[in-house]
This record gives sequence, structure tokens and C-alpha cells, in this order.
Amino acid sequence: MAKGIRDKVAILGMGCSKFGERWDMNAEDLMVEAYTEALGDAGIETKQIDAAWLGTAIEEQHVGKSAVPLAVALRLPYIPVTRVENFCATGTEAFRGAVYAVASGAADIALALGVEKLKDTGYGGLPQRGRGTLPNMTWPNASAPGYFAQLAAAYRAKHGSAPEDLKRAMAHVSVKSHDNGGRNAKAHLRNKITIGTVLNSPMIAEPLGLYDCCGVSDGAACAIVTTPEIARSLGKRDLVSVKALQVSVSNGTEAQHNSWDGSYFATTRIAATRAYQEAGIERPRDEISLIEVHDCFSVTELVTMEDLHISAEGRAIHDILDGFYDADGTIPCQIDGGLKCFGHPIGASGLRMIYEMYLQMQGRAGERQRQDMPRLGLTHNLGGFPHQNVCSISIVGRYEG
Amino acid sequence: MTFGILAFGAYIPRLRLQRKAIADAHGWFNAALKGQGKGERAIANWDEDAVTMAVEAARDCLTGQDATRVEAVQMASTTFPFLDRLNSGVVSEALNLGQDLATSDAGQTQRAATSALMTALRGGPATLVLAAEKRPVKAASPLEMTAGDGAAALLVGEGKPVATLLASATRTADFVDHYRTPESEFDYQWEERWIRDAGYMPLVPPAIKACLAKAGLGPEAVTRFCMPAVLAKVANSVAKAAGIADAAVADNLHAVCGETGAAHPLVMLVAALEAAKPGEKIMVVGFGQGADVLLFEVTDAIADLPARLGVKGHLARRKEEANYSKFLAFNDTIELERGMRAEADKQTALSALWRNRATVTSFVGGKCTQCGTLQFPKTRVCVNPNCTAIDTQVPEPFAGKTGKINSYTADRLTYSPDPPACYGMIQFEEGGRWMMDFTDVDEKDLAVGHPMRMMFRVKDIDSQRGFRRYFWKAAPAAQTETSGRA
Repeated sequence: MAKGIRDKVAILGMGCSKFGERWDMNAEDLMVEAYTEALGDAGIETKQIDAAWLGTAIEEQHVGKSAVPLAVALRLPYIPVTRVENFCATGTEAFRGAVYAVASGAADIALALGVEKLKDTGYGGLPQRGRGTLPNMTWPNASAPGYFAQLAAAYRAKHGSAPEDLKRAMAHVSVKSHDNGGRNAKAHLRNKITIGTVLNSPMIAEPLGLYDCCGVSDGAACAIVTTPEIARSLGKRDLVSVKALQVSVSNGTEAQHNSWDGSYFATTRIAATRAYQEAGIERPRDEISLIEVHDCFSVTELVTMEDLHISAEGRAIHDILDGFYDADGTIPCQIDGGLKCFGHPIGASGLRMIYEMYLQMQGRAGERQRQDMPRLGLTHNLGGFPHQNVCSISIVGRYEG
Repeated sequence: MTFGILAFGAYIPRLRLQRKAIADAHGWFNAALKGQGKGERAIANWDEDAVTMAVEAARDCLTGQDATRVEAVQMASTTFPFLDRLNSGVVSEALNLGQDLATSDAGQTQRAATSALMTALRGGPATLVLAAEKRPVKAASPLEMTAGDGAAALLVGEGKPVATLLASATRTADFVDHYRTPESEFDYQWEERWIRDAGYMPLVPPAIKACLAKAGLGPEAVTRFCMPAVLAKVANSVAKAAGIADAAVADNLHAVCGETGAAHPLVMLVAALEAAKPGEKIMVVGFGQGADVLLFEVTDAIADLPARLGVKGHLARRKEEANYSKFLAFNDTIELERGMRAEADKQTALSALWRNRATVTSFVGGKCTQCGTLQFPKTRVCVNPNCTAIDTQVPEPFAGKTGKINSYTADRLTYSPDPPACYGMIQFEEGGRWMMDFTDVDEKDLAVGHPMRMMFRVKDIDSQRGFRRYFWKAAPAAQTETSGRA
């Protein structure tokens, strides 16, 4: 294996807008909101940025194509700017671009910004987009919850789980995220809910009810990265460095070959294994302090606990119900509210997750701060569909070099 | 070797609108409808039309047959979805019959199907004669009560026929009992009793007489008399005038199906063939601007025909529909608020459709000649993770394969003309899988492992440009286990 990214790049500063229904804001305003915080946190000026990456997924809805909208919104000084899009892994892809630029030595300081303005569609849920000429002719006319809901059918069939047990664990996932989101001033949804609220909510796509689905939000998040050496030279202490960045993209096997049973994400299992190796983690269940995963739907978070090799196969239901992933549990998952409650502006989500890790590692997470000195944090995104997707995983942690 | 009908099949859509629902909806306006609110009529699902129903009838007909022997396809309908695009061409492509094929569409009259059958029976190429109708009806019209949707198929050619033509006769008379023009969406109809007295009665019996004379048979020889007519007892009156026994008059399926327009003479013929014994003589009449009369004799070979659904099996594959507004919505005769998701652009790239026609229309996938893996669609690189050979796949038809549900959902968020949208991963038993729409399925019947078969359906309707796109969907396979003729 290649040597990897471990400890080559440090986070100099981060920012995140408030997520939610930002009726008064354009995508450009959200970008500036996240950027202003990141710039202040980094303690640099715009002219010190060597290169930038813009992550946005459904750009037709707000800024339009290319990297120009970022350069214009932030008035970047005619530097190289690249727009990336990889479904819901878009934000992490932007981060990866900036990190790799610094690691290669091509840039001293690079910026990654993810943004999405989803509330200009006129309805709840994600806008429906064309998928290319041939898929338009052969794929079902499906929604995102409909694709992910199918994990439940296959998971139940594989593990012989009673539908009500699975549904109860899924409900616990949502209740937990609402509890956590309530302690986060930037979160979209901050109300507490009960198991009953989830179980009795209107059905969206069987067995996913309304409260099994994450919020569709407007928002932006931003990271400024550099080398640990430059960070120190700029006076930074308690550095948070990048330990691993992995992306795994489906090649059509799950969609076309009967070797996949539909109950898990093949890409997450592969990306997780590679990320642990890159970060030098041998026992993730013992070593990882915090996780933020792509909880677009409650069932996604549930199966992801197994795909990350933290819960044993078929045991996620029990770990979840035992409180293992609660804010005061062994490994908190979505301590900031997750996609479920922080919200899911697609291009921003990956960076939002890293933002939470960055704050937690530095002890700056306020009311929701873990008190046990978190050391390693894992973030995880899934873009696309269970049977054909993009998975990105990042691991960040205290720089101990 | 003899020339005749080698095989038959039919298709009646699964949904049966209860006529009481129509009467209940319109009784306030047209009290006369209350008296007709009995029984049920077949209605096409939102994703069915004359083309999709013809495909299913043809597949039923070709059960156990060598499809490569088909040399010509003739399709009859007065409700073709396309005015300028060969509908029998779409059907042939869906049936994967290849390009060495003569095709034609026949329409414009209720006897289009009997005329097409008569032409095919003159000898010549092995012909698949198809008739299908999805009848547009105006709300609260008598036709809404009496019409039904359905299709029939007959394979005609040289071989061991299950029925041979003894004789036929035809008449042309520009008798206008009803009409429809390119500008009019619905039929305009004159009084039913006038149609009986001035149309059927003077025009049909002489044609029957001529047919029987050619056959050298008397009217008593006819054991099954198949003549669609909406008004009750018209068929009996015609039979009586022609000297045919009243007991021979075949059920016009009004109570259970409704009249399937131009397809109905053939639907009734198929129903008769399903029940007939060798030696029986079946007479079929098509009426419309004249009359076609065909007289068949059933042969011993009928006992050897493999089981198929036919009319009987499709009538048994039935789901009651008591929601009248759903019928209106399926036919786009009511302006529902369908929501913003229904506004998505459904334009079809015709160039891409042509390029991918084997995948999309014929449902042909690939089989890797290196590792044997089946896959849909056929791709350049084999999907088997242990193979990934390039350009090794040969075409592999999937339309006839049975698959099992690997995962599923019932989606209430996405736009569907018939929510919830049910779809999921279908895993084919011999290999290959595809995430696809389900049709003719109830949410409560969805389960991992449930066997499903493929059906040709409307995938999307481009309301901006009028185009409709077809693809295959998964439907419960258990429905094929019954047989019309076993």
C-alpha cells in the first residue's frame, strides 16, 4: 500500500454556517458565513490561500456550474479553484483535494468549501435529477429514501431480524440525533422527540417514516489546511491532523452481480479497512473516539455501524439499543446531531462532519463536548444508492508528531 | 403440414373496475347508468396501452412455440398509442423477433382484427396476429360501462394447427354506428337499437350464410358463435336469424371483462378455443362498416398445446378496483394536482433509445463467454469480480426469466401515477439482477425471495412532447401458475 496521508496535513482553521431553512440567504451568503469563521479561526488572510476546492452537488439549484461561484463569492486572488461533485461524498472530496494539494507540496495553504442551497426547490426532499440517457430509461422512478429503505428488507432477510426490533433500533438512532442536535446551536432540527414519534410518523418509503429521514437543509462548511510545520510557524498548538482519507466507488458489482445481498455497503467495508490501515488503527472499536456517519436515513446509520467494523455483523441493533453510540456512550455517533438534525446540505456535509471532529479534538464543542479527550475521529459519507455508490471516509485526530 | 391457427393467447389487465363505482359516481347526473352498475370491466393499469397488452398476449401465445419461426406481425387496434410510428414494430422489438420480419398495423374499424386474421389465414408467412385495445371513454357515457381493455394473439402458419379455417366471408358497408376523428378524443355514438336493427341484423346474417355456403355446412354445424355486440341479446338474435343454435352463442364476457373493441372478436375466439374440443366448429364475427365472418374447425392438436394463461387465466388474475377516480386519473381524464415531482422532464433521447434498443425494448442482457456470468444490461466489461473480461459477452434474453425480490420498498415520496411506487432489486435465478419498477403488485405482498416475472410496460410518459417510453417491470410470478388450458 502507498504510504498514505497520515499526519502530512493539519487543519489550520474551520468554519460552518448555521444549517437550516435559510430563506434569507443565497448559496454565496452561506459560503461567506462558513468562510469568515474559518478564516478567523486560521488567522490568515485570503491572499495566503494557494488553491481552493468547491464541493457542491446539485449546483443547478443555486450557484451553477464550475468553480467560479466560489472564487467570486470569496473574491479569491485568481488562484486555481476546482469544483468537485461526487454525490453526498462531495464535501469530503473537496477536503481531499485541498489536503492532497498541501501534501504534494503544490500548495502551502489550501481551502475546501462545501455548500448546498436546497430549499429553493419548492418542496421537501431532494430535487429529482436526470441520471443520464440509459439510466433514465431503465432505472426505477425512485427517491433517495426508497433506495435506502431497501437496506431494511435485505437486512431483515439476512439476519432474521424481527421488523419491529429493527424499527425500534432505527427509531433509537433518530431519537439520539434529536437529543444531540438539541445541544447544537447550528443544527437545523433541535427538538427532542420520543421513540413513539418516530414509530408513528407518516410512512415515506417502507419501512422509513418521516422521522427516519434526515433534514434537507441549506448550509456551508469550510476547511483551511496546511502542513503541521506551517501551522506551527503560524503559532498554532493542539494541531488536528489528517490520519486517513479513503474513497471507494462502486463498479457496478452490487447492481449487477448476485454476490451482494443488499444488506450492507460494500464500499464502506472496503474504504473503512483501507482507512484504518492508512491511519494505523488496528482495533477500531477500541481506538476510535467519535464517529460521524452518513445517517441520511436511520437504517443507513444502523448498517454502517457494522460496515465500519465497529459493531459485529448482525449486532448493530443491540449496540444501538444498548446506548453504545449515544452521546454519553462508548463511541458517540452524530454527537452534533448528524445529517438527521444538523441537516444535510449535500456539498457541505462531509466538511460539517470534519468540523465537528476538529472542534471535539480541540475541546471547543461547547455544550456537547466529550470530556474524555477524544483522540481519533472518523467521518463517513455515502453518495448515490446502496447498490451503486460513492463512500468516503476521513479520519482526523490529534497531531502527535 | 396444414395451414391454420398454430397457437393462441390473450391478455386481460389485472384491474377490474366495479361498474357500481361508475354508477355511484354518475348516478346523480345520468340515472340510467344505475341500471348498468353490475359486474366489472377490465381496465388497463396506468402503465398499460394497446402496445404493452399486445406484447403480453403475444408472449402468452408464443408459450412453448419457437418464436424464430414468426415471419410477420400484424397488429390491429383503433387505439394505437402512436399515429406515426409502427406499433407492431415496437411489439416486435419487445418480443425480440429480429429484423427479418414483415410488420403492419391495421386500424380504423372494429373489424380490423378479424380482417387482419383473414388476411393472414390466406396462406403465406407465419404471422403473429395481434389485437389490442385500450378504449378512451368519456365520463358518464354508456361506453364507459360497456368497454373493457384487453388483447388477443394468434399464431397463424404452416404446421399442426389447433384450428383450421373452413371458410370466410366479408362484407363492406359504410354503416356509421360510431366514429372518432384525429381531433376527437372519444367515440361519438348513435342509438344502440338502431345499430341493432339497421346494422347487425341486415348485414351479418347474409355474411354468415355466405361463409357457411363456402364451407358447405349448415348453420347447425356451428358449436360456438363468437360475435361481440354491446346491446344484450344482439348476438342471440343474429344467431337465430342465421339458423345457429342459441346454445352455441358464446358469452361476450360483458360481466367479467367488458368489450375490448377491435380486439374483442379475437378475445372471444381465444376463449372459445380454450374450451373447445376437437371437431368443434367456431364462428367468429367482426362487425364494423360491414362484417367479417370466419369459420374454424378445432383439430386434435389442441390437446397438445402447452398450458397458457389465455383469457381464462388472465380473468382469474384479477384485482377488484372500486375507486372510480383512479380510473379517471389513469386515463388522464381528470386534472389531478400531481405535485412538483411530476413536473420532471421526461424527454427521451431517441438516439440513445435506438442505440440501446436491445437493452431497453427487448430486455436483452449479456452472458460472458469466458466465465458464464449472466448480467443485465450487457456491458463491455464483465461484471464478475473474478473475470472482468472485455468484449466477451453475447446477447442473453432476460424477458422470459423469473427472478426473486432481493430488496424492495413502497415509496410514497417519489412521483408515481399509482402510489406508493413499489420497486426493488430483482435477482434472476440463473444470474443477473436489476433494480426495477414493480407493477401489478400490492404493497402487502412484497417480500424478499418472492418470485417475479418480467412484463413490458410504459415506463414514462413525456407529457410535454407526447412520447411514451417503454421498459420492463417486475410483476408477481405466481400469477402464471394457473393455466387457461391445461
